Amino acid sequence: MLRYTLKRLISLVISLIIASFVIFFVIEIAPGDPASFMLGINAQPETLAALKEELGLNIPKHERYLSWVAGMLSGDFGMSYTYRTPINQMIADRMWVSLPLAVYALLISTLLAFPVGIYAATNRGKGGDITIMGATQLGIAVPNFWFAMIMVLIFAINLRWFSAGGFPGWEKGFFLCLKSLTLPALSLALPQAAILSRVMRSSLLDVLSEDYIRTARAKGLNKRQSLWRHALRNAMIPVLTIIGLQFAFLMAGSIIIEQVFFLPGLGRLVFQAISQRDLIVVESVVMILVFSVIIVNFIVDLSYAAVDPRLRNRV
Amino acid sequence: MEKVSIATIGKYRNLIIGSMLSLLFLSAALISFLWTPFDVTEIDITNKLKTPDQIYWLGTDHFGRDILSMIMVGARTSIAVALVAVGIGIVIGTPLGLLSASRKGGWIDEFIMRGNDLVFAFPSLVIAILITAVFGAGALNAIIAIGIFNIPVFARITRGAALSIWEKEFILAARVAGKSTTRISYEHILPNVMNLLIVQGTIQFSLGILAEAGLSYVGLGAQPPMPSWGRMLADAQTMVSFAPHLALIPGTAIILTVLGLNLMGDGMRDIFDPKLRNTRA
Amino acid sequence: MSLLKIENLSVSINSQRILDNISLDVEKGEITAITGESGSGKSMTAFAVMQLLPNGSFQNGKILLSDLNLPSLTETELCKIRGSQIGMVFQEPMTALNPLKTIGNQVAETVRLHRSVTYFEALEIAKATLNRVELPPENFPLSLYPYQLSGGQRQRVVIAMAIASEPKLLIADEPTTALDVTTQAQILQLLKDLVDDLNMGMIMITHDLAVVNNMANSISIMHKGKIVEKGPAEKIFTEMKHPYTKMLFNASNHKVNLPKQNTNNPLLEVKNLSRDYVLPRTKIFSKPKIVRAVNNVSFTLNKGERLGLVGESGCGKSTLTRALLGLEEIQEGEIRVSGGVVSKNNETSFASKKNMQVVFQDPFGSFNPRHKVSKLISEPLFLDKKIMNKEELNDLLINTLISVGLSADDKNKYIHEFSGGQRQRIAIARALIVKPEIIIFDEAVSALDVSVRAQILDLLANLCKTLNLTYIFISHDLSVVRTITDKVMVMKDGEIVESGETENILTNPTHNYTKKLIEAAPSLPEFC
Repeated sequence: MLRYTLKRLISLVISLIIASFVIFFVIEIAPGDPASFMLGINAQPETLAALKEELGLNIPKHERYLSWVAGMLSGDFGMSYTYRTPINQMIADRMWVSLPLAVYALLISTLLAFPVGIYAATNRGKGGDITIMGATQLGIAVPNFWFAMIMVLIFAINLRWFSAGGFPGWEKGFFLCLKSLTLPALSLALPQAAILSRVMRSSLLDVLSEDYIRTARAKGLNKRQSLWRHALRNAMIPVLTIIGLQFAFLMAGSIIIEQVFFLPGLGRLVFQAISQRDLIVVESVVMILVFSVIIVNFIVDLSYAAVDPRLRNRV
Repeated sequence: MEKVSIATIGKYRNLIIGSMLSLLFLSAALISFLWTPFDVTEIDITNKLKTPDQIYWLGTDHFGRDILSMIMVGARTSIAVALVAVGIGIVIGTPLGLLSASRKGGWIDEFIMRGNDLVFAFPSLVIAILITAVFGAGALNAIIAIGIFNIPVFARITRGAALSIWEKEFILAARVAGKSTTRISYEHILPNVMNLLIVQGTIQFSLGILAEAGLSYVGLGAQPPMPSWGRMLADAQTMVSFAPHLALIPGTAIILTVLGLNLMGDGMRDIFDPKLRNTRA
Repeated sequence: MSLLKIENLSVSINSQRILDNISLDVEKGEITAITGESGSGKSMTAFAVMQLLPNGSFQNGKILLSDLNLPSLTETELCKIRGSQIGMVFQEPMTALNPLKTIGNQVAETVRLHRSVTYFEALEIAKATLNRVELPPENFPLSLYPYQLSGGQRQRVVIAMAIASEPKLLIADEPTTALDVTTQAQILQLLKDLVDDLNMGMIMITHDLAVVNNMANSISIMHKGKIVEKGPAEKIFTEMKHPYTKMLFNASNHKVNLPKQNTNNPLLEVKNLSRDYVLPRTKIFSKPKIVRAVNNVSFTLNKGERLGLVGESGCGKSTLTRALLGLEEIQEGEIRVSGGVVSKNNETSFASKKNMQVVFQDPFGSFNPRHKVSKLISEPLFLDKKIMNKEELNDLLINTLISVGLSADDKNKYIHEFSGGQRQRIAIARALIVKPEIIIFDEAVSALDVSVRAQILDLLANLCKTLNLTYIFISHDLSVVRTITDKVMVMKDGEIVESGETENILTNPTHNYTKKLIEAAPSLPEFC
């Protein structure tokens, strides 16, 4: 287990290094240098020179890359060009909206998909299964941001159960914030839940046709017992993969959903930064997003090993 | 006899409904090149925000533009972006997957698979953000962003399927005949993973349409005046309370297209792989 | 009264009749064998007794266990009987155990289901039961996972689960088909002992008449869902009333006449061949471990000679085959065909591939399902540089198909249109088309039913007469090797431990391992 973890950890670090490399150099190949791009074509030469100095564009690229990485490691992402404030503070504030939103959505999606998938698999071919399969087929086709707009129309504008958007801030109370994140989380979670419950169902059906389920029945376990004691854990392996992938989608999706609900998250920050040509902020936010996806994949890898004893002894 | 024909239709139900829906939007997109009920760039404030009627079948938007015409031209954008993006995925991803499988366990395989994992860490939205930040917004960004994301999808699925075929004895027979791994890859492996690629291609196509809509919605995709479904939804957002049809119609267009492609994919999988049919409803 | 009495049982699945009015008795302390070829319904009989029939099946008739009629019981009542009164052992030990649970847990689960004991008591019983099936706790702690065990050991765990609650009836469905002969002998002995010790009744389902002969007290022969003949073992073997029974016994013991071969013209010479594999590292910074799969193998194959290669799984047979075919490089030694070197120290030449062809075991996986027969069998012509015109090629295809007993029309069909036996004929045609010097048959008849196997063996004998074939015949089945080869090599742990005239080696083995193999192989009664 230790060896397995160690190997995953090494590959995590390598992934992070390459990802940071890619992000840094994509931003670097911006037409012209970042400074003139950020200032636009009408910039004064003095301002340009000052910004170049400030961004450290006069030192060689590889040194700049190293100091960027070193800065991030110590939690220093640099200064925003537009706001003249430390980026780490800006990101930290926004992160406390985006991350809870993604986790909240992941929870809803998982909690919904498991029972639905299990129910459909155990009632395969019957009315309930067919209805669920139809509903999930539709759920997969719905764009989450459109679903969000419709939910706003129904629950905020017509029924007035929720506010149409905005975020009160965590200092105003946990439940108030949770409430304001509920519609966004639901609109992110339901389409994902549709996918996840289909995966859950087909994975369970695969496992239920395995020889060891027949063995379990021959022992005298009934269908329900063999499902809970033998099938479910085996069916989790493909489901975990999808949950890992979904987190990446949810992080990205939450950026879009934030636009619908006017939430002050990473999405807002990054779109503002793009329109204000604040490349350092874009670079940092993208790095944070990619970082979180890689971390989640690492966690998924570890949970494979927790589920499957065969992996624990492998390198 | 009747029982047989109903069973046959039941078997092809997904495929028939799916292809009909997909064909509907594909033909809307194609027709839009030649003809649309109104000019999509024509602004007519006197006729703004009309609900569907006999002249404007699907109503008009806040500039008085005909929504049906915009949906038709929007279909063009969505389909073109998604199709090219899937094409990028297949053209680059499939050979990588084949190569990777033919060198199983070697450093090329390891390199390709680790590269795949890395690209998976960049959701297409993140790629689009990066590209837009550097090169500015546009439909091409959407194509590249979704296309890059599709590469590892196809590489992985091709490799997975190819590996199981490499285990088959007919591959050994081909090697005994003196055929090279490259030749075996395209002569024996590729034809046997083709069905899978077609099915996955359909599914990625539908995901591409969803992704394009999302990117256009946040302004990272198609730019005005090029109509796109995502942009129509973005414009509708502030007016959804008094003109819900502005959001409902493009949304329905997206849902029906995606649904159609997914059903078509499922239907094809049922026919290609009868073994899988039983595990799906 | 019999322990189990099946009366007029019929089973249909999706209105297709699988079992047709079968009746059968199983007595306490006795082994009843059900035998027949694939599709005869023998496994379905087992599942009917367990009442674990697939969805969409319809049954008619009685299955009486003591005085309970199983088909009339509710699912809850059946669950109490399965595992406690009837235990079952399956064919595939590799997949019959849950890969994510320890063996102790899996055995204890059966105990807990049927006896009111605590978890720890159940584990104690599990430990004792595993010990009973010869998995002593010192070497096989309860905390092991299935992947840490070999096939034979896993089958013992499955048996332990089946007998943990001391059932009255044990059903074994091809319990040793997936195992090597020496392991098979041990498992069969274990099952026999368990039947005696626990005074159980046992239904033994197998396609192998030799296994039946060594095990059964009474025998039922099934064919197309019907029991065509049944009775006490001695009687069945001496009387054989039904023509199908006779056919089955004759086919199981099929002998062919090979033409004499007495040239001394070396065709294939293998000298000190060794092949290494690099194992995946077990520690990140440790040196990769190297395993010698084939060690210092030397032999000569003369023209027209038929050489057998026997050994158990993992002995290096397949590696040797691949090295001979030039599919893998060799680390030491050399391979010469007709005097010319084709493989030597990490180098192979394509010449070997032209001179040697191969016929594989699996009649289903050996062909690309997307190609027509004409393309399939002409594949080996790929390296043949002399270009044939269409007519020549067509004639060659047709002649080759006819030579293996197929017809000219078959060349435009796809592989799924053929039965298993026909596919093996196509595989032989594919090998013959380039008129190779040597053909390697890699377990080429192992997956076939006995009647089909007999036909393929006849075909080979015929081809030996007409084409003077030279071949290497790899098989785990000594009786087949005995009739279809002149010489034999016995392989163990990558080395040839004994070789010589087939008849001589199999009657008077000198090496201990050969003796063990011959002893372990179940045998048919002498007279047939």
